[in-house]
Amino acid sequence: MTRAERNGAGRAMTAMARAPLRGRDPGAPDELLEVRNLHIHFPTDDGLVKAVDGLSFRVDRGHTLGIVGESGSGKSVTSLGILGLHEGTNALISGEIWLDGEELVGTTPARIRQLRGDKVAMIFQDPLSSLHPYYSVGDQIIEAYRIHNDVSRKAARRHAIERLDRVGIPQAAMRVDSYPHQLSGGMRQRAMIAMALSCDPELLIADEPTTALDVTVQAQILDLISDLQAEFGSAVIIITHDLGVVAELADDVLVMYAGKAVEYGSADDIFGRPEHPYTWGLLGSMPRLDRERAERLMPIRGTPPSLINVPSGCAFRPRCAYADLTGGRSTDEVPPLRRTAPGHLSACHLPVGERRGIWAEKIEPNL
Amino acid sequence: MSEATTAEAAAESPQASNALLTVTGLAKHFAVTRGIIFRHQVGAVQAVDGLDFGVTHGETLGLVGESGCGKTTTGRLLTRLLEPTSGQIVFDGNDITHLRPGRMRPLRRDIQMIFQDPYSSLNPRHTVGAIVGAPFRLQRVKTAHGTKRAVQDLLELVGLNPEHYNRYPHEFSGGQRQRIGIARTLALRPKLIVADEPVSALDVSIQAQVVNLLEDLQDELGLTYVVIAHDLSVVRHISDRVAVMYLGKIVELASSKQLYATPRHPYTVALLSAVPSPKPAARGRGQRIRLTGDVPSPLNPPPACRFHTRCWKAQGICRTTEPPLAELAPGHQVACHFPENT
Repeated sequence: MTRAERNGAGRAMTAMARAPLRGRDPGAPDELLEVRNLHIHFPTDDGLVKAVDGLSFRVDRGHTLGIVGESGSGKSVTSLGILGLHEGTNALISGEIWLDGEELVGTTPARIRQLRGDKVAMIFQDPLSSLHPYYSVGDQIIEAYRIHNDVSRKAARRHAIERLDRVGIPQAAMRVDSYPHQLSGGMRQRAMIAMALSCDPELLIADEPTTALDVTVQAQILDLISDLQAEFGSAVIIITHDLGVVAELADDVLVMYAGKAVEYGSADDIFGRPEHPYTWGLLGSMPRLDRERAERLMPIRGTPPSLINVPSGCAFRPRCAYADLTGGRSTDEVPPLRRTAPGHLSACHLPVGERRGIWAEKIEPNL
Repeated sequence: MSEATTAEAAAESPQASNALLTVTGLAKHFAVTRGIIFRHQVGAVQAVDGLDFGVTHGETLGLVGESGCGKTTTGRLLTRLLEPTSGQIVFDGNDITHLRPGRMRPLRRDIQMIFQDPYSSLNPRHTVGAIVGAPFRLQRVKTAHGTKRAVQDLLELVGLNPEHYNRYPHEFSGGQRQRIGIARTLALRPKLIVADEPVSALDVSIQAQVVNLLEDLQDELGLTYVVIAHDLSVVRHISDRVAVMYLGKIVELASSKQLYATPRHPYTVALLSAVPSPKPAARGRGQRIRLTGDVPSPLNPPPACRFHTRCWKAQGICRTTEPPLAELAPGHQVACHFPENT
């Protein structure tokens, strides 16, 4: 398949994906980010690692997209791609990333640097290793702010204190001079959020923002993210392996497996009427507090595939309990991401009626 | 811990005869010192400060709490990897609290540990055969058909291919490595297994596989587990009884069913309500209890009830008198002056 063909297919797919998803015209003013048929491959000595392989999604202003998947499914590589952070590596990137009408794939590093921190900001998983230990948190926020805004150091410092206060750091005027090691894990993550928000970004990408935190602190941070989103009206992409966190925050959910989207829909679709066997597997794997204790968990058999040797056809086939029902199609053909209901897309060879039957009869009652 | 409480706990434990492990007044304080030549103690981290609990044959006790609450220290005390500051650990009728390493060694067959990180807990230079066979070698245990055969049986038991005997840890995925660790733990057929965060480093789908494996092994081999974890839903799934810890103390101890249906300690209530639910419709903060602030430092824990600085029900008495761990309902112990759900 040539690149043009791929892009063409990608466009058709996204057009399908987006028109019904929120019922708005493509290119509607609310649309902030659109990713079309994104491929991010890494050539290595062992072969080509297809970390992201034909991914399309969109995020509107004021909305939250959750990207879910296991380690190695390409979630973080996607977010680094949006921020242009594969620059200088040997990553091969193709496809399109449109941010507010501007194509990011192929723009100059200088332009990306202008956007990064200003229009797009990121919260990383581990605040201890992503904050610089030699500089006070205030200095780091001031630096980020002054790169994008022509203000005096004094004004920037006032701004930093105001933002630290906004994210709920007590005695912000004093804490602005603290070094990262002097803050607790939750406070450090708040400082990271303050830094990410210092320039009022339109798109905030949070990559596993609460994985390193305790559950009570996690609840505080999730509240903070959704409050700030309401206040600043920014779009948020939250990347996590924790389905609970996604259900808490996201409007739309994208489930990734081996670099591809396997299911995409509203949070109610994904948690209430999931249509892909992998999504069923994720739901069946997690013990839940909101239901009676399940006698047994229903894990997915096997392990996630190597991204160098992705299984032919449907990448999930070797782990799928229903692969035999497709009559061999899953070994030969990659299932396309197809619309099965308004705003709900899934990539599976099984007829959708059959899948709904399996969900209703075999999966949901045993969750 | 006072002697009175110790005696009480001993009297209260109903199935004392059936207990595999009984812990009374267990404490571990880590000294904080200053000075190089004139070293002197300036304080102590009260990692674990007076625990009373028992574990009966064949049951699973879950220890749950946030980081810094002392759950890992407790696990290390039970396996005698750390020397207790005070208190008593009775395992299978023997007081093992201060046994010398030489006297402890034979008992190590009976108490084994599963570690959190399957990457750092396996020696990268040893083959799987050497790793899983090490317990036989160290304890000089002879097996009927030789060590290799025994190791291969163990690999099969935990769901690994016995032909992988000669492979190295880096050739396996995280979940498979955790299975190797479990095989090593099971080698000498221990009576008690202390599992410290056995699944937290694994992907969701792999977590479920390992949780199911632990349950199957318990049914098959009649194992007793102490499972340490921070994930409340995993603990509920796997445990018969659950102890909730906060700053080195048990604040609530009950059967898994009671604890999750009617939590009585405010901290347990807050902890449970903080778990995000995978049900978007349930979103909303109506019934949510949000704790403010962080866990205080165990170097200088709050006096009396240690939770009073973050508790919304705290009153004068909470700052002056420490609530004892009292049995409010059969099998449901709570350390609180103003318990919930009563």
